[in-house]
Amino acid sequence: MFKSTKDPNAMKMREQLITQVILLLIAFSVIFPILYVFGMSVNPDPRRPTQLVIFPSTPTLASYSAVLDRPTANPATFWQLAFNSTLLSAGVAGASLFISVFAAYAFSRFRFAGREFLMILVIALRLIPGVAILVPLFVLFNGLRINNTLYVATTAALALACFAFTLSWFISRYRDNEAGTGAILTLVVGLFVAVMMAQTAYANYGKTDEFNLRTSLLGVGIAMLSGSLPFAVWNLKGYLDTVPKELEEAARIDGASFNQTFFRIVLPLAAPVLAITFFLSFMGNWAEFYISWMFLTEPETYTLSMTLWNIVGQYAANIPWNRFAAYSMVMAFPVAVVYMLFQKQIVGGLTLGGVKG
Amino acid sequence: MATFSSRVSRIMSGSGSSDKAGLWPYIFVTPTIAFMLVLTFMPVLFQVWMSFTDFSLSNLRMDPEKFMAFINPPKNVGLENYRGILAADQAVIKIAGFYFWRTLFFNLWWAVSSVFTTTVAGIVIAVLLNAEGLWFKKFYRVLFILPMTMPSIVVNTVWRNMFDRENGAINLALMSIGGVFGFSPETFQIDWLGSVSAPLAWLFPELSIAGQPILFPMPTTYFAMLISNFWRGWPWVVVVATAALQSIPKELYEAAAMDGASGVRKFFNITLPLLKPAVVPAAILSFSWTFNLLDISYFLTQGQPFYQTEILVSVLYRLVNEQRLYGVGAAFSMIIFVVSIILFIITNRMLKATEAADV
Repeated sequence: MFKSTKDPNAMKMREQLITQVILLLIAFSVIFPILYVFGMSVNPDPRRPTQLVIFPSTPTLASYSAVLDRPTANPATFWQLAFNSTLLSAGVAGASLFISVFAAYAFSRFRFAGREFLMILVIALRLIPGVAILVPLFVLFNGLRINNTLYVATTAALALACFAFTLSWFISRYRDNEAGTGAILTLVVGLFVAVMMAQTAYANYGKTDEFNLRTSLLGVGIAMLSGSLPFAVWNLKGYLDTVPKELEEAARIDGASFNQTFFRIVLPLAAPVLAITFFLSFMGNWAEFYISWMFLTEPETYTLSMTLWNIVGQYAANIPWNRFAAYSMVMAFPVAVVYMLFQKQIVGGLTLGGVKG
Repeated sequence: MATFSSRVSRIMSGSGSSDKAGLWPYIFVTPTIAFMLVLTFMPVLFQVWMSFTDFSLSNLRMDPEKFMAFINPPKNVGLENYRGILAADQAVIKIAGFYFWRTLFFNLWWAVSSVFTTTVAGIVIAVLLNAEGLWFKKFYRVLFILPMTMPSIVVNTVWRNMFDRENGAINLALMSIGGVFGFSPETFQIDWLGSVSAPLAWLFPELSIAGQPILFPMPTTYFAMLISNFWRGWPWVVVVATAALQSIPKELYEAAAMDGASGVRKFFNITLPLLKPAVVPAAILSFSWTFNLLDISYFLTQGQPFYQTEILVSVLYRLVNEQRLYGVGAAFSMIIFVVSIILFIITNRMLKATEAADV
């Protein structure tokens, strides 16, 4: 039964061709909806053609400029919507990372009493569908109201404090010549938080109503955090398990304290891991719909997904399909590009943490 | 290696690494647990209380002078909400045509069938892609990731557009393909998202409880759901399966080839058994994920026709966001918790069983 070919596993020509045909068909099925939507987005006519035409004869970018200007009749510009979505997803991803990295490290490295119980708790929370906890969050957040002036003053003060603290910390690091990647990352995160707070203060400045947690992006973010936290703990723990322990043990032999080991050894080593977890939760929250749709009432707090659903309308006739298509392309594009760029790392993360994008 | 150096560290420091950490692990765990207590456990407890009341829109206002006190507290109704949901009492749940057991069984059937289709396709495509000497392998790998990167809301609204009865892309494509074989265009005026007709009825078992069908031939809409989920779902299985495939040693195939095994036999005797440890957990995870996947039922079908394609979480969202029945919604959430826990226990058993079988 010996074969004379060099590689017994190499494909024969017939197999190659059959496989290529099958894979091309699959590739076509993957690409067809995307091409179709792209064709629709450059169609000057808001109605769909009665024949199957992928690319219109007189393409125009008019719907893109219309969508980027003002997607719906609501007085919210596209950039405001994009800002709100980014704020929510990046804020939630950053916050859950910041909170959970400590727990993930403890779970990954130490066998302390109660560890099993707490880990089962985290898994159990991952199983609860997010929607099944919306009712109490809605009612409780709706009850949390404070005077708006007080709220604006608090957020402005917090923004200033965060800004001052991050900057002075970074400068002191820089003077000591210790401004590595970690310090720069912390600077960026700290400044981002400060900008977020400042934006919140600015957006609410001069309003007469009392501040209601439920109708604010902050409230939506906190509600999203409830679902995002268990995921981040679990994912990070899975990653940290794969980071070798030898360096930490060496550091501890050299007399480094628990804290020193964590901040000087583990965090720098885990930087790529943190980045992937951040991106995965960012992705998961980028198109969040249900919480914002239920909580938010003011157009200036709307997000990208809410507006997409507003364009399609639940029962609306006469949907401007070219605008819908342009909006879909614009909404899906940035995430898809980042995904493609970091494909290798993200795919590794998907198989490890067991997440569905 | 790890055990060796940890032994070294124990000798050097005179104690195990976990002893030296002392209270630190607890301090590190505290922020996460505190947030979970406040953001999840307290709300769940509050939800338990709410589920025994007739909480509705009129009870929402709280007293600004006191902390967390309702101006108009809801009435205690005992187990009425639970009874109303399970018995489909219109006075309680106010969704016409709702029947709990039907929705539950549809939900289970939907999750199982969508995981089955994506998993089988994902494995087959991963195996095809893994063939040695395949042309354009890199191109396919990158392209096939694309559906995963699309936000679910975009995918499902786009499919909704394509499934439209008039001038929808799917019907137009079927018409032009069917035209080649001489079918008239009217054959393909398919009302994908609203028709009550059930194609392939022989495929589905039928079962009734107290005269109410709980398993029934699936309407056209179900197939639309399946297609939309399939388009976005199979690439993930390819990713998982490819990772597992690449760790299978080539020597196994070479040995099988020497013994004269055919490609099909190699697939069933080598590939599949070695894929199992990676794919089965992924499929189980995918099942619990799809079971609570609100997106397709909400954005694509809106539960049409006649709430037949509604799943548990989409009924809940409708109850809360459209009917504003917070008390009933809380009870419904508690029922979903119970269902989730039962499913978790079952899937966990299955996972353990497959692990044991591997040893």
